[in-house]
Amino acid sequence: MNLSVNIAGVELKNPVVTASGTFGFGHEYNEFYDLSELGGIAVKGLTLKPRLGNPPPRIAETPMGILNSVGLQNPGIEKFIEEEIPFLRKFDTKIIANISGSTVEDYIAIAEIAGNSDVDLLELNISCPNVKAGGMAFGTCPKSVEDLVKKVRAVVNRPLIVKLSPNVTDITEIARAAESSGADALSLINTLLGMRIDIKTRRPILKNNMGGMSGRAVFPIAVRMINQVYRAVKLPLIGMGGVATGNDAIEMMLAGASAVAVGTACFTDPMAPVKVRDGIVDYLKANNIDDVNDLVGQVILHD
Amino acid sequence: MAITEICTIIALKQLSPTHFDMILDAPKLSEMAKPGQFVSILCGHSRTLRRPISICDALEGTLRLVFEVRGEGTEYLSKRKVGDTLDVLGTLGCGTFPILDDDRPVLLIGGGIGAPPLLYTAKAQKAAHAVLGFRNEAAIVLKNDFYNACETLMIATDDGSFGAKGTIEAPARLLLSKNKYSAILACGPKPMLKAAQSLAEEFGIPCWLSMEERMGCGIGACLVCACKTKDENGEEKFSHVCKDGPVFPAEYMVW
Repeated sequence: MNLSVNIAGVELKNPVVTASGTFGFGHEYNEFYDLSELGGIAVKGLTLKPRLGNPPPRIAETPMGILNSVGLQNPGIEKFIEEEIPFLRKFDTKIIANISGSTVEDYIAIAEIAGNSDVDLLELNISCPNVKAGGMAFGTCPKSVEDLVKKVRAVVNRPLIVKLSPNVTDITEIARAAESSGADALSLINTLLGMRIDIKTRRPILKNNMGGMSGRAVFPIAVRMINQVYRAVKLPLIGMGGVATGNDAIEMMLAGASAVAVGTACFTDPMAPVKVRDGIVDYLKANNIDDVNDLVGQVILHD
Repeated sequence: MAITEICTIIALKQLSPTHFDMILDAPKLSEMAKPGQFVSILCGHSRTLRRPISICDALEGTLRLVFEVRGEGTEYLSKRKVGDTLDVLGTLGCGTFPILDDDRPVLLIGGGIGAPPLLYTAKAQKAAHAVLGFRNEAAIVLKNDFYNACETLMIATDDGSFGAKGTIEAPARLLLSKNKYSAILACGPKPMLKAAQSLAEEFGIPCWLSMEERMGCGIGACLVCACKTKDENGEEKFSHVCKDGPVFPAEYMVW
């Protein structure tokens, strides 16, 4: 049985990766299982300089999901390269560096540094809803996506994934803009902008007032958007948004994802990514499918 | 190091209108428990987030958890039955209460749901005195346990329905002026923690505080449970309650 998938020329041993921001740099979950079990690890979103992140509370529970407003707290790209890459390289898994900026210049600078470091793939985060400058602002208008991706593409030799925001009217427009400007793959969906209010205090639960929604509740939205984008572009897709089981992963692959990322499910069950992979294997066995790639985009739409 | 253990509920009783006392069969977790640590419990299939609950005691293969019903998750826990099992992640927190090798007792300051983790902390010390604050007499929990675990126990209630009227500050100050303590260890609402910190400064003894914040993963990966601290050079940053804490040296806190 073949579980390996190819994303922009990089072979992942299985289609399960972790979603950026839910997994730190892997240290904590490595206590529960060997990180080599994973197809890849998308690390905590990185910026050029260290970022403190937003004040707490940074999380609120929602029906079958959560809102977060971490705000890209991270030690900066240099420290990542010095301290985290050597750790992650001890494992037989691919490293996906998720990078963000506040300005176009920021994005170019971090992409250049990250692109010259020992990572396997770059994931350009143009969809973070929790930062005041940059982030999602770049990812919600086709023109700015084109402009940014072109400039980043010009300074980066590594495979480039562009991570898309679901907070748009037509995600296929954004996907096409990323494709035509040189993206090698797309990942979707980032979190959906949401809000919760404490009815006793009449205050939002998040100190940032709003935050990004993730978890099982967003799964059908993710599946829909992945299928729309699959039909609009030729690029391989990494699907994410509420994946918690092997069956979820299969569904997302049928919609068009070549690989899937597991994120929020890790908070419920630290073993979630490994269980998702095992669930994929079970499905393939039960259905006599030899190659996981045979699932990609195989949903049969109603007329 | 953290693990998940499927634990059977051995006992569950109500201590006050909102507090519950749960004993879990937890052979592995009880071996790992350190004073000030917590566990994080899955509360049914419909909730994404586990609920962090402090360890009140760890004894002979069991974990004792005393918790307050605050929302849907803790209400779910309060409605379990003896014999039910729970998926428990633990034991969590690298910042724990120190076990002091000192002939002077420690002074424990706790309030409301901050009291339970101080019981296990008290038992781990050579000697402990405790000042506990509660809203009113009905809200008092673990009085007899603290009475047995501590040489001296003083209780304050906001309305004066039991013990001293008002906050823990006056009784704590009284004990601090009468006795010599090795440290103050505190867990409770923020105003109480600040009071504990300033009393420690006033009497020139070290102080550790247990912090609380809304949590995600519980193990330090998701970075949501931020709390502002400063390092030796005074540089401010967001530490994380679940991994760096929940207990921090008081001098590192930024309020």
